[in-house]
Amino acid sequence: MIRYLMQRIIAFVPTLLGVSILIFSTIRLVPGDAIVAMLGTEAGMLTAVQRQSLEAYFGLDKPPVEQYIVWVGNALRGDLGLSVRHGQPVLNVILARYPVTLQLAVMAVTIALLIGLPIGVLSAVKHNSIIDLLGRLLALLGLAMPGFLLGTLIIFVLSVYFKILPNSGDYVSLAENPLRNLSQMIFPAFTLGFSFSASVMRTTRSAVLEVLAQDYVRTARSKGLVERIVIQRHALRNALIPIVTIVGVEIGYLLGGTVIIEEIFALPGIGRLLFNAISQRDYALVQGIALFIAFNFVVINLFADFIYTVIDPRISYAHDT
Amino acid sequence: MRKIVIVCLIALLTVLVGTVSAQESDNVLIMARAADTTGLDPHTQTAFASFRLLELIYEPLVNLDENLNVIPSLAESWAFADDGTSLTLNLRQGVTFHNGAAFTAEDVVATINRILDETTAAAARANYLSIASIDTPDDYTVVFNLSQPDTPLLAALATTNAAIVDSADVESGDVATVANGTGPFVLDSWTPEEVTMLTANPDWWGEGPNIDGIEIRIIPDETSILAALRAGTIDFALLNDPLVATLLIDDPTIVLNRAPSIGYHVFQLRAAAPPLDQLEVRQAISCAIDRQEVLDVASLGEGQVTAPLTMAAFTLPIEELFCYEKDLDRARELMAQAGMEAGFTLNVIAANAEPPTALSEAQNIQAQLAEINITVEIESLELSVYVDRWLAGDFEAAVAQNGGRPDPYTMYARYWQSTGNLNVVAGYSDATLDELMAAGRAETDPTARYEIFAEFQRYLAEQAPWIWLYVGYEYTAQQPYVTGFVPTPTDSILSLTRVELAR
Repeated sequence: MIRYLMQRIIAFVPTLLGVSILIFSTIRLVPGDAIVAMLGTEAGMLTAVQRQSLEAYFGLDKPPVEQYIVWVGNALRGDLGLSVRHGQPVLNVILARYPVTLQLAVMAVTIALLIGLPIGVLSAVKHNSIIDLLGRLLALLGLAMPGFLLGTLIIFVLSVYFKILPNSGDYVSLAENPLRNLSQMIFPAFTLGFSFSASVMRTTRSAVLEVLAQDYVRTARSKGLVERIVIQRHALRNALIPIVTIVGVEIGYLLGGTVIIEEIFALPGIGRLLFNAISQRDYALVQGIALFIAFNFVVINLFADFIYTVIDPRISYAHDT
Repeated sequence: MRKIVIVCLIALLTVLVGTVSAQESDNVLIMARAADTTGLDPHTQTAFASFRLLELIYEPLVNLDENLNVIPSLAESWAFADDGTSLTLNLRQGVTFHNGAAFTAEDVVATINRILDETTAAAARANYLSIASIDTPDDYTVVFNLSQPDTPLLAALATTNAAIVDSADVESGDVATVANGTGPFVLDSWTPEEVTMLTANPDWWGEGPNIDGIEIRIIPDETSILAALRAGTIDFALLNDPLVATLLIDDPTIVLNRAPSIGYHVFQLRAAAPPLDQLEVRQAISCAIDRQEVLDVASLGEGQVTAPLTMAAFTLPIEELFCYEKDLDRARELMAQAGMEAGFTLNVIAANAEPPTALSEAQNIQAQLAEINITVEIESLELSVYVDRWLAGDFEAAVAQNGGRPDPYTMYARYWQSTGNLNVVAGYSDATLDELMAAGRAETDPTARYEIFAEFQRYLAEQAPWIWLYVGYEYTAQQPYVTGFVPTPTDSILSLTRVELAR
């Protein structure tokens, strides 16, 4: 196990390096730089000297390769550079927003599991019944309805008919005011969780269906086990692997921030931060966030691998040679 | 058991949601807008979103009222010398910066020098190049000695880009971070893309502010701003998108303010790009476009068709301008004269959502120009990409929303003087335009100036390097209990100092 972990961690390095090179070059290949992003059309009024002094300010005066080497060198020492827009170290800016995104992701996945798992199992057990049909219909709705539509609908209904609004740009953290924070987070989390619950439901349904057809389920039933125990201990447990896989992938995505939901609900998370950083060509911040998201993704995947061994003892990462 | 759980959950949710509607009861105005300030240095900012914050913190020597007249600010009075070669300003006494330092002539000198210093990269530097030297006979008198008569200079000083900063901050190089102005509000905190907190400046020289402070929240989606207004969680909002703002027209619970903007929507032809180099082709395009239709389709009729100059003091009846009435026969005739009956393909760039109406404008123009066999290809670009190509003059035609200025010279010298910084964007210049611009700059008599610029507008419309379309509105919205706000064509929110809250 430890050896496996080490291997995975060593494999991180080229992944992250690849990501960093990709991001570093893409953001610079996009036309328009930080100066144009800040000044807009007024950038055309700058004299040559004015432009040079701005380039020096934004760190654009050195050749890209040199910029990259300096950046990687600093990043290895834990210094991701300074965000020009925020006037703060990139890592601080990211870490300040991270709890929002983390909380949103955890809540969304919890909601998705709360909706998706029971309906999925029920659909599989009552295969081809009216319950199955309704469950599948719900899943279809969840998959078909884009988050921005559901989010806007929720905001519209709440504000017009109930005169309440989950969040109007006055986000408070969980530590500051838990009640208020939860009231702000529950609707965006539901919006995200609802569409994700659809894939949880579908995966659960097909996985449980498959397991239910297995010999050992028939054996379990024939030895007289109650149906509830058969489903819980034998069917669901064995169906968990694909569910854990998609949950792992989804959390990875969610931790990268959900730009649209964060924009609609005005939540100061990583997604909005990245979106703004790109629009403003805040190079250091874009690179920092991308690296941070990649890092998250890799860690989550590793964690999912680890969960597999807990769910299914047959899976082992110990080297057998 | 299950029922109990469900009931508990619903109860919990009700409590949670209920807490949201608890409104803060103090005398702080809660304001929302979609875009945030891009920085705190008043001299280097150009985004409208930045001005809306910085104009509350900093003050220029003079300001503009809602009719774009120059009014006193840090200078109480002023006069040009008879020969126009100097401008003397008498400064307000007893004004202090937010850090307690007294405001004197020394700060004006330090500010102007900072703006003129190229390494500052000050945005409006080009407007002050006529200032050759500055004399300060005493602490409260400043004399700008000019290298040439420059009437537009006074109105050009009425901008946050020429806001007076503390000479000590200039010396220490801290202007970009301290937000130390003389204005009615003091900056407490700024969390980019989230929230800005301002408190009223008790020592401000003017009347007010009547509120204790302002909390500016960034809500990136304007539909969500609308929802927040309706839910009563914000008091005041800045809106950009006419499609969102007009949803409030029939809403009796929210007050929508509209002021005609001095910024204008324009279809820029680049006369340097063939076949647009032929006068007849440009004129044909001008005759083929029904400007009112573009306004109706793209902006729901929110605005009015405009001549090149958008400020009230210089407007011209549009009937006097070339082909402001759609005339397809004439357009086809002009195309034939240019040997272009068969038409051609015109590439048009449009920025994505900036302004929000850009794409609809381009599409309507596309439909209208199809009638004279011009095939319009629309290229929709991300804003910075668009700006990059626009500045390089790398396009055939563009839909744009350009900012206006209170003075016609300051507004257009950049485009229509052959030496203008943005002349490459305009892609057109000639001797007549150069002469008219130079005359308008030197002339001090208002009537004579009006005539010069009326001629300038008629000439521009006839040469048709650009097709001026319309001016929209600057929108703000507020709860009925917010009183005293005065909307202005420059979108300034400085009158928030006069606002009262009667919750």
